[in-house]
Amino acid sequence: GDNDGEREHQKLLEAISSLDGKNRRKLAERSEASLKVSEFNVSSEGSGEKLVLADLLEPVKTSSSLATVKKQLNRVKSKKTVELPLNKEEIERIHREVAFNKTAKVLSKWDPVVLKNRQAEQLVFPLEKEEPAIAPIEHVLSGWKARTPLEQEIFNLLHKNKQPVADPLLTPVEKASLQAMSLEEAKMRRAELQRARALQSYYEAKARREKKIKSKKYHKVVKKGKAKKALKEFEQLRKVNPAAALEELEKIEKARMMERMSLKHQNSGKWAKSKAIMAKYDLEARQAMQEQLAKNKELTQKLQVASESEEEEGGTEEKVEELLVPDVVNEVQMNADGPNPWMLRSCTSDTKEAATQEDPEQLPEPEAHEVSESEGEDRPVAEEEILLREFEERRSLRKRSELSQDAEPAGSQETKDSSSQEVLSELRVLSQKLKENDQSRKQKASSEGTIPQVQREEPATEEEEPLLLQRPERVQTLEELEELGKEECFQNKELSRPVLEGQQSERTPNNRPDAPKKKKKEQMIDLQNLLTTQSPSVKSLAVPTIEELEDEEERNQRQMIKEAFAGDDVIRDFLKEKREAVEASKPKDVDLTLPGWGEWGGVGLKPSAKKRRRFLIKAPEGPPRKDKNLPNVIINEKRNIHTAAHQVRVLPYPFTHHWQFERTIQTPIGSTWNTQRAFQKLTTPKVVTKPGHIINPIKAEDVGYRSSSRSDLSVIQRNPKRITTRHKKQLKKSSVD
Amino acid sequence: MGEMETAPKPGRDVPPKKDKLQTKRKKPRRYWEEETVPTTDGASPGPPCNKKNRELRPQRPKNAHILKKSRISKQPQVPKKPQEWKNPESQRSLSGAQDPFPGPAPVPVEVVQKFCRIDKSRKLPRSKAKTRSRLEVAEAEEEETSIKAARSELLLAEEPGFLEGEDGEDTAKICQADIVEAVDIASAAKHFDLNLRQFGPYRLNYSRTGRHLAFGGRRGHVAALDWVTKKLMCEINVMEAVRDIRFLHSEALLAVAQNRWLHIYDNQGIELHCIRRCDRVTRLEFLPFHFLLATASETGFLTYLDVSVGKIVAALNVRAGRLDVMSQNPYNAVIHLGHSNGTVSLWSPAMKEPLAKILCHRGGVRAVAVDSTGTYMATSGLDHQLKIFDLRGTYQPLSTRTLPHGAGHLAFSQRGLLVAGMGDVVNIWAGQGKASPPSLEQPYLTHRLSGPVHGLQFCPFEDVLGVGHSGGVTSMLVPGAGEPNFDGLESNPYRSRKQRQEWEVKALLEKVPAELICLDPRALAEVDVISLEQGKKERIERLGYDPEAKAPFQPKPKQKGRSSTASLVKRKRKVMDEEHRDKVRQSLQQQQQQQQQKEAKAKSTGARPSALDRFVR
Repeated sequence: GDNDGEREHQKLLEAISSLDGKNRRKLAERSEASLKVSEFNVSSEGSGEKLVLADLLEPVKTSSSLATVKKQLNRVKSKKTVELPLNKEEIERIHREVAFNKTAKVLSKWDPVVLKNRQAEQLVFPLEKEEPAIAPIEHVLSGWKARTPLEQEIFNLLHKNKQPVADPLLTPVEKASLQAMSLEEAKMRRAELQRARALQSYYEAKARREKKIKSKKYHKVVKKGKAKKALKEFEQLRKVNPAAALEELEKIEKARMMERMSLKHQNSGKWAKSKAIMAKYDLEARQAMQEQLAKNKELTQKLQVASESEEEEGGTEEKVEELLVPDVVNEVQMNADGPNPWMLRSCTSDTKEAATQEDPEQLPEPEAHEVSESEGEDRPVAEEEILLREFEERRSLRKRSELSQDAEPAGSQETKDSSSQEVLSELRVLSQKLKENDQSRKQKASSEGTIPQVQREEPATEEEEPLLLQRPERVQTLEELEELGKEECFQNKELSRPVLEGQQSERTPNNRPDAPKKKKKEQMIDLQNLLTTQSPSVKSLAVPTIEELEDEEERNQRQMIKEAFAGDDVIRDFLKEKREAVEASKPKDVDLTLPGWGEWGGVGLKPSAKKRRRFLIKAPEGPPRKDKNLPNVIINEKRNIHTAAHQVRVLPYPFTHHWQFERTIQTPIGSTWNTQRAFQKLTTPKVVTKPGHIINPIKAEDVGYRSSSRSDLSVIQRNPKRITTRHKKQLKKSSVD
Repeated sequence: MGEMETAPKPGRDVPPKKDKLQTKRKKPRRYWEEETVPTTDGASPGPPCNKKNRELRPQRPKNAHILKKSRISKQPQVPKKPQEWKNPESQRSLSGAQDPFPGPAPVPVEVVQKFCRIDKSRKLPRSKAKTRSRLEVAEAEEEETSIKAARSELLLAEEPGFLEGEDGEDTAKICQADIVEAVDIASAAKHFDLNLRQFGPYRLNYSRTGRHLAFGGRRGHVAALDWVTKKLMCEINVMEAVRDIRFLHSEALLAVAQNRWLHIYDNQGIELHCIRRCDRVTRLEFLPFHFLLATASETGFLTYLDVSVGKIVAALNVRAGRLDVMSQNPYNAVIHLGHSNGTVSLWSPAMKEPLAKILCHRGGVRAVAVDSTGTYMATSGLDHQLKIFDLRGTYQPLSTRTLPHGAGHLAFSQRGLLVAGMGDVVNIWAGQGKASPPSLEQPYLTHRLSGPVHGLQFCPFEDVLGVGHSGGVTSMLVPGAGEPNFDGLESNPYRSRKQRQEWEVKALLEKVPAELICLDPRALAEVDVISLEQGKKERIERLGYDPEAKAPFQPKPKQKGRSSTASLVKRKRKVMDEEHRDKVRQSLQQQQQQQQQKEAKAKSTGARPSALDRFVR
């Protein structure tokens, strides 16, 4: 009663709500059977399960009459539901995509050809086909028939005697004789081959076996053995073929460089990291780590100079290093100080000089040791000896350089001059050294450190050397010329001056090499200096006669007066002019202040500084002037528009920076600058065509391809079946491949 | 050589499918060929050497590049073994004869270097592969052409002359009579004196080929002659003071600066033109490649006259008073003017202002000369000094000498000898070679003339110096002065009339426009950066965006769920931050640099160092 009433009410409500026309659908009363049978009402819900065919078949008992139906049903069951076909646009798009990919693939075959043609210096059209080689006589003969009776007769004869007419040109007899190899020979050959094969198999088997061995110790031993062998070989190589040994050395150096770059053997790799964690607990891992580090050390070690290597040898020998570094590296170090043949190869002079060369390096130290032992009685003598030797050595060095420099015959006077200069400078150096020695001796009286003394001396000499080596080149400079003039008269002075300088350098070692530089710079900058320097006068043989006219004399005097007074003026004027030019070329600032805006304006009133600063737009600073460091020059920085009109102003295509393009146009192509052949080559036309010839488009056969591309394309277009999404995926995959 | 010259055919290197052809038609076997049994090489009968040869040959032309490299031997002194020597078997020909010097002859590196023009000092920014290939092509081209040029140096058979004193003897002591005695008759005939005392000090000029000589005396005497054969072409008196004389492009035309105006005569002495726009000319210079006659006048004007069309190209007001010192730089056709305030100014017709001004002397400049390579400039001034300046950008004096009376005239020879006329003496200094400055320590030669020197010029392609003086004209022998090898197509001393006409046409066709004269003639091979940038800016304005700008970073889509929006944003952020950091780093560096500069400035301009400064840390 209650339920019914409610239903009635619901119906009523629905009827009312459907009155407005929106929901006019009439709800039907359901009356199917349902699983849930309520005692209260009828529910329309099913069991929620899908109807399976098997359920339908269950009641059907197995009967032969229904077997076919069952089979059909089973077949239906095994098939999946057919997916919705894609819409037309999508199918077309897929077709296009696939077609594009295929075509692109086909066409990409031409890429190398296109690239080649683009890069080719010259293209000749019509494309020339390869001239067929001259046809061999047999080919010609094959198409040829005997016509005349004589020919026929000859052919008959040939055929009768089984002579070859065409291919091949051997008679059967000849062939047989060629093929027949003597039995012994064949046997020997066979045996040889067998042996070789057997040996190879043995070797392979051995290698395989060895590869399988897992013992680390064994591998270690093998490695060591290998290293030793390599060392031995290197030794031998050194004796036999120094050049090859040098190459080997270079290889080692390269390995070092690689190691330094990659840091492969440092503890940064995956393996190393894992080992580092293990190392705490595992002795073996720790060892491995250490080995790795040692290896790194060994690889990154540079070839040392003699003294250091000696120290190392004297010092504690590292165990690991000895284990792992058999090594060529150490060996080289030992040899570096000795007279090894390949290091001295470049030296053009004889062996005696080589000996003197190596001496100064080797000798100082042992002597110094001696000195320290013998309380410095005979030390000065020894040191003087060293100095003398050094002196000699340097002289020889310079001579060599001189020889190489003055290859072409120059004025004899010139060389003489320079040589005298050198002698002078050497003397200077020598005296300085002597003085230094004196001082050092004095110092030694107070303190016993002898070895530092030697060490202190050495850097000085090293600094000295580049200066000396520069000498012959710099003679032409102003400064040098000045010296040249004074040299004769001031020889004594010069001898004494370096002594002072030497003392100074004792105090501050950096002082000396800097000094000449500074002096030079000053000269560059000070204009006054530049013009007022006294230049040496020429000692000419023929002095112009001055028995000339009176007015000439007068003019001379006037000149002298002018010289006396004009000088400063000229320089000041020039500087002023230069300043003006610099000012004029500077970009101007823009002043946007409006007087009277925001404050009082009028005659005699200036806008405030703050305001001016605020409205001043500073111009960007231009590039530095070319004559910034040249006091005596004003270089016009204005742009030459006439020249600029002839310059390139647009970068052509592949270039992104104007420097790149400039490189390609820097070589002149005119015949004025080139030989005739080079000129012709540089100006060959890009494309050459033969007049009166048809230029056919390029074909695949022309470049050695088979023309097969078309079939691929046609496949797709011929059967445009309906494609489902599954197909689409497949197609895409295939197109990507 | 043959392979190098042929132009590549399109697509020839694509390997043709030979297999197919072979299957079609089996190649007939000749009876002398052994059967191709797959056995090892050594055992097969027949001539093995021949076969190997056939195999190796096609490999050679492929590594042409390597071969090309090896053509330049690194050490010219030590003859390096060419690569081919390593396997002589490959070289053996059928006859068994062997080329002892296979391949083209090696060329010394220095000679090749001389012809290389690409400036490789500047490091290029990273470039695309396409650009790189272009650059490589350009470099290869340069190398090839320079090698060819170096090879052709072999054709310069003549050697420069020289004068060598016996051990210790000063060459300056050797007088002309000795030289004349020592040399052959033909050379001895090149020394002569023209005694022309009547018409005052002479100016003189040789034609570009060095065959003809023109001289003009101050009192109006003008003459032109073929000085080698001593055949007089013309002799006139212009009845006016002659300031300077100069041949135009050929010996057929002669420009004479007379008292009032500039006149042009032909080789018969017939007056062709009187150019009134050039008045009171004191000095003349002719720029042969531009066909420009530069005149410096008393009124202070530098005028350029194009002689091919008869137009005045430029008249520049120098604003430095009377001009009477002028010379040209043969390298870049810039005119050097010397002024009374001790400066030398460099001029080009394209600019109203001097290209550069160099303060050279304390007194006025008396003479200027520039050497043929355009590297050195010699000046002499009223302060009796002779200086040699480096013109390659620095303009600093390389050497200075004080001469007893100062040099009034200077001239460089083709091979870099410097002559100075001082009163009635000429001094000649020589350098180490062609491209080195003359060392002023010792004169190479000296000669005394019968009167004060008024004009000097070395004769091109001859070891002869022409001196015009008050007593006439002297032609003296200076061994090693002239370039021994002349370019027969450019300036041929032995050319006939027909050849001259031919050359004239060619030269006119190759005339260089006057506005191209600038300090660095290689500037034409540079891109006009300012216009380039301007164009770029305009394009950006027109388009509204920068087409060449770097595209903002777009993270690539990744798979396996790493392409989530968050991770994309993260990656983007990462890159942005990196860029930002870079910017900050740069600006910081700049700031630091500025600060350092400031500090350096403060140090340099700081007050006088006080004694207390030593306590400052």
